[in-house]
Amino acid sequence: MPHNSWTWVLEKSVASVTDNAHELIEELMSALDRMGWGGRDRFHIHMAVEEAIVNAIEHGNQRMPEKKVDVVFKLSPEKAWIRISDQGKGFDFQHLPDPTDEEHLEEPHGRGVMLMRELMSDVRYNKRGNAVEMLKIRSAEEQTPEE
Amino acid sequence: MSTKRRIVVADANGVAVVRFVDRKIVDSGNIEQLGEELVALVTTDKKSNLLLNFEGVEFLSSAALNKLISLNNKAKQAGGKLRLCNLRAEIKEVFTITKLDRVFDIRKTEADAIDAFQL
Repeated sequence: MPHNSWTWVLEKSVASVTDNAHELIEELMSALDRMGWGGRDRFHIHMAVEEAIVNAIEHGNQRMPEKKVDVVFKLSPEKAWIRISDQGKGFDFQHLPDPTDEEHLEEPHGRGVMLMRELMSDVRYNKRGNAVEMLKIRSAEEQTPEE
Repeated sequence: MSTKRRIVVADANGVAVVRFVDRKIVDSGNIEQLGEELVALVTTDKKSNLLLNFEGVEFLSSAALNKLISLNNKAKQAGGKLRLCNLRAEIKEVFTITKLDRVFDIRKTEADAIDAFQL
């Protein structure tokens, strides 16, 4: 997803510790605030990034602190692009059970990936399933006239 | 009474009304503790009619949703009922997308929810 007009970029590699990841998410949320992202779009990005990073730490890197999660955030006033990758084996993202099926509705797995797909404009995994790229295009109703 | 750090509980006509200490329910340690405190309301404190008031809660992750599902089942097993209220629009949308709005009884206000327990 090439884009040459990002106004804020953050690339970091962090240990698989949720506190470290949440510090990065707070940096992202502050940058979104400075750029005037708000309301549902801001919440959607927060949710998708939280789920992707927690999946990377818990399922990808199995909570092993020595394994890294690589994070790239790129923002403009109109678009947000995020890449989260881990050092795990990856997973078969094409054959996850649908968590909204009646039989899976109360099971604890699969809702995070499903929410990422529903809340973001585009979500793509690499072939191995250990890296996810997500794009959010800002909704028209969230953009203020002075921007 | 069980120890509570992540929730504050009050009684309203026999219903345990639960409010959350955290504005963002994300940290995995806090979510585990939250889950234990919620379940203890049923198993230790013997409350079976529970109302979770989400006023002030800005964000919760899917890991937190799993704790609510467990609590809902515990309340049902105890012969009671779990209801939710005061969800901000974005959080309500999460329940709708995941179809958990079919699992949970979600009311707009605390008064609406308390009334529903009295029916």
